[in-house]
Amino acid sequence: MRHRGAVSIDWPLVVSALLLSMYGIAIVYSAGQTDIATYVERVWRLQVLWLALGLAGAWAISRLSLRMLEWIAIPLYAATILVLLYLLFFGRGAGTAESSKSWLMVGGVKLGQPSELAKITVVLLLGKFLAASKTPPKSLLDLWRPALVVGVPWLLIIGQPDLGTGIVFIGILFAMLFWSGISWKLLVLLASPIVSLILGGVTQLWGSWFLLLLALVIWYKPYAWEGAAFVAANVVTGVIAPLLWERLRPYQQARLRTFLDPSIDPRRSGYHVIQSQVAIGSGGWFGKGYTEGTQKRLAFLPAQHTDFVFSVVGEELGFLGVTVALALFWYLFLRIIRVAERANDSFSSLVAFGLLASWFVHVLVNVGMTLNLMPITGIPLPFFSYGGSFMLSSWVAIGLLVRIAYEGRGGRHGPGST
Amino acid sequence: MSWLPNDVARRARIAGKIAAAAMLFLMVAFFRTQIMRYQRWVLQSEGNRLREVPIPAPRGTILDRNGKVIAENVVGYTVSVLAQSEDSLRGTLRRLAAKVPLSSLQFDRSMQRFRQAPLRPTLIFSDASFSVVSVLEEHRVDFPSVIILAGPRRHYPNGPAVQPFVGYTGEISEEELSQSQFASYRAGQIIGKGGLEKQYEAVLHGREGSRFVEVDAHGRVVREEGAQARLPAQAESLQTNIDLDLQLFVAKLFGDSLVGGAVVMDPTTGAVLSLYSAPSYDPNEFIGGVSFAYYDSLRNNPNRPLYNKALQGIYPPGSTWKLATAILGLQEDVITTESRMPQQCTGYYYFGDRAWRCWEKAGHGSLTLTGAIAKSCDVYFYQLGLKLGLSRLVAGGAQLGFSRKSDIDLPEEKRSVYPDRMQYFNDKYGERGWTSGSAALNMSIGQGDNAQTIVNMARFYSALATDGAAAKPEIVQRRPERTRIMNLRPEQLADLRTAMIGVVSTGGTAASAALKGVTLAGKTGSAQTSSTGGKGKECDHAWFVGFAPVEAPKIVVSVMLECGGHGYLAARIASAIIGKYLGVTPISLIQTEGND
Repeated sequence: MRHRGAVSIDWPLVVSALLLSMYGIAIVYSAGQTDIATYVERVWRLQVLWLALGLAGAWAISRLSLRMLEWIAIPLYAATILVLLYLLFFGRGAGTAESSKSWLMVGGVKLGQPSELAKITVVLLLGKFLAASKTPPKSLLDLWRPALVVGVPWLLIIGQPDLGTGIVFIGILFAMLFWSGISWKLLVLLASPIVSLILGGVTQLWGSWFLLLLALVIWYKPYAWEGAAFVAANVVTGVIAPLLWERLRPYQQARLRTFLDPSIDPRRSGYHVIQSQVAIGSGGWFGKGYTEGTQKRLAFLPAQHTDFVFSVVGEELGFLGVTVALALFWYLFLRIIRVAERANDSFSSLVAFGLLASWFVHVLVNVGMTLNLMPITGIPLPFFSYGGSFMLSSWVAIGLLVRIAYEGRGGRHGPGST
Repeated sequence: MSWLPNDVARRARIAGKIAAAAMLFLMVAFFRTQIMRYQRWVLQSEGNRLREVPIPAPRGTILDRNGKVIAENVVGYTVSVLAQSEDSLRGTLRRLAAKVPLSSLQFDRSMQRFRQAPLRPTLIFSDASFSVVSVLEEHRVDFPSVIILAGPRRHYPNGPAVQPFVGYTGEISEEELSQSQFASYRAGQIIGKGGLEKQYEAVLHGREGSRFVEVDAHGRVVREEGAQARLPAQAESLQTNIDLDLQLFVAKLFGDSLVGGAVVMDPTTGAVLSLYSAPSYDPNEFIGGVSFAYYDSLRNNPNRPLYNKALQGIYPPGSTWKLATAILGLQEDVITTESRMPQQCTGYYYFGDRAWRCWEKAGHGSLTLTGAIAKSCDVYFYQLGLKLGLSRLVAGGAQLGFSRKSDIDLPEEKRSVYPDRMQYFNDKYGERGWTSGSAALNMSIGQGDNAQTIVNMARFYSALATDGAAAKPEIVQRRPERTRIMNLRPEQLADLRTAMIGVVSTGGTAASAALKGVTLAGKTGSAQTSSTGGKGKECDHAWFVGFAPVEAPKIVVSVMLECGGHGYLAARIASAIIGKYLGVTPISLIQTEGND
């Protein structure tokens, strides 16, 4: 077994996360350097503090046995649900999302955004359930538990409302199902209602998709009731899509519309994404120089230290800076896949892959959003965007991964090593 | 989950490929944006941050013939706001109004300017006072989008004296902006509004410069960008024929009491030495927007200072026009200079069913043409008019240029009233409403359907003073344009001039206008009017048009005094002007004078 008090560390993993965090803090510092000073000028110091706390948290988590984590997954999850329920009634908004209730306030003090913590607890519980079976889910019946684990917090977070984080949960669910070895057929059929939901607004598109789905069902030959259930689900989501659209808040509708064409309202809802593109595009190969971005300095770039922090990278450090950042993320992802692949047991492997999925969706959606490749959902960029809860939860996740790597086949003192 | 090592490795490979595909996808997207479309986004980024602030060009200086300044530029201040939207401009203006006086009119005009040119800084005060500027400088931090510019402001050192020909400048109006000649102009720019300033706008305007200021997303000026400034180019100065000393002298002659106008020019070249309209006003008051109080005082003044008497005023020329009748008689060989009329003057001439008066109730007796001109005998000219007949009077008058403008290079000039053909009378009075005889009688003494501008009379007399060619009046120096308007032999012209010398000699109608050492020639006139003159009552306008020295004319003067009564009053003004210009003093003897 391991030496007492010493956990060997997957240095490439930690160093890449640390480099990303330092890169992020440098950009958050630059984001505060505007011609007319705002409070953003000072937030980089807090971010340094959060990183320090995150490192401490990661160290502490890495000392916990994974068995213990598997064991407390259920109580942790229950606590998370309770907090999310509490938020639904007493949550507070902040910053750019003033009207949502994502902040936990106790006694007038903002404690953080529990939905960040929820990502980890959901990954833990989902891992526990999926690992319990020796075979991957074979039919819809096998999926009710994973669906419930993700569905409950998902609904609570959608209710805040925080669509962005909701998307992350969907990503986690699908990624972990994939990692558990679920068949492609089931995964595609499972995803089909979501496609219907997106295409539901346009009758012709949805009609075509529906015919394709029928063909898929006949081709894959699931159980009769299962096929019927998928078809029914697609009918339902396709029908409620327009109704849901009506239910969306005006700003959410505007965001989705401007995603399709930012120029329809360049002064208001399209403004953010246009200005972000201007900032990134004018960066060129090497950027305008660190802290020198004019779009940022002159406040044309919105939320330059949170949602659009990557636009600052693009403007000031150019394509080169973007490439370095994306390469670091890529390396981190590959390293986590390696950790998941070499994990000692299926639970820890699933947890590692779930955490990867969470970051992957964050990076893809956030970075894509700065170029209008993704709708503006307001989800932050891991290690870059200013925010305490996310920095802390990200480093807690790194701590978990360090532990998984340590216990896994690649760890120096882990059971798999020789 | 399925935990077979091969399965896990396969899924790890798939996951690695998905991650690679996603990252490559993002990289390609950034490459397209940052490298392939770089130019487009850079332009937009520069457009975002830099705003062009126009720097008005100093208008060209206007100089008199000796290089003395008529119009110049002094330092003034303009206050503008760089607004992002109507709402933000409204907010800024409200906050400004709390610090400096801002009338609701200025408020509305500013909003209007923004709508006309939203990308340019919106002009708030076109001529801010020093106190406004110092208050705003003091609160610089509170108004980051306010731009205070020191720029050229038009100034006329001798404002009221030169106003009648120089005009003034002002902000371009919405209506003017829509005209094709102002296609390159923008709201808030200054243009000439009258006189030379308007006539020579294209010459005087100069080329606007610009500089760039860096603004942030809220329109706040963050810093000035020095490098890309384009300097404004001042237009070349405008050299005029005006003699500023003479102009000031004329203005002083009219003083505050006389109402009327005068045009002084060189008969051989048409160079306008002076052009004045009394009462005048101060064009400097109009720079940067005229105050209501001042404008109202001008509008309510019964002597109508806003109405240019020398250019816009059309008055029956009265007896000054008798020279035209005489010329036509000589040209058509109806008379010679020694001809006498069948009836001698008894103070009346009977025609139709009424008696037509001569101004001299006692009568002039029998006169030659020369004598009739000197004495201004109406009865003589009635008969000459009848001999000529109306159609020859109409056609001949048009030939002499009485039915058109003098074409002076000023925009205000009005076209004279003169029947250009016989149909005119039918159109005006109906076919039975007039007789050619009485019309000819009226025309022959410069009454009836004949009203001329002061400047057009000066043009006519320039032909009399020289060889029968009229000079086109020109304020700005250029090549003289002369047109032969009469076909008289030199000795006939000399005889007419001799007659006109008689006017200002003992026994003439304006003997007191004679000058020491200089032979002056001219003709008085007093035009009967019904209600013009602005005083609401019937009065006679006093005319004098003359020139000197007769041997080699250097100056022709046309003077008209509204309700001036006797022509000799106008003659005294004219003679003073001539005396000043030629450097001689009026004899100013008390002599018997006619009152016409």
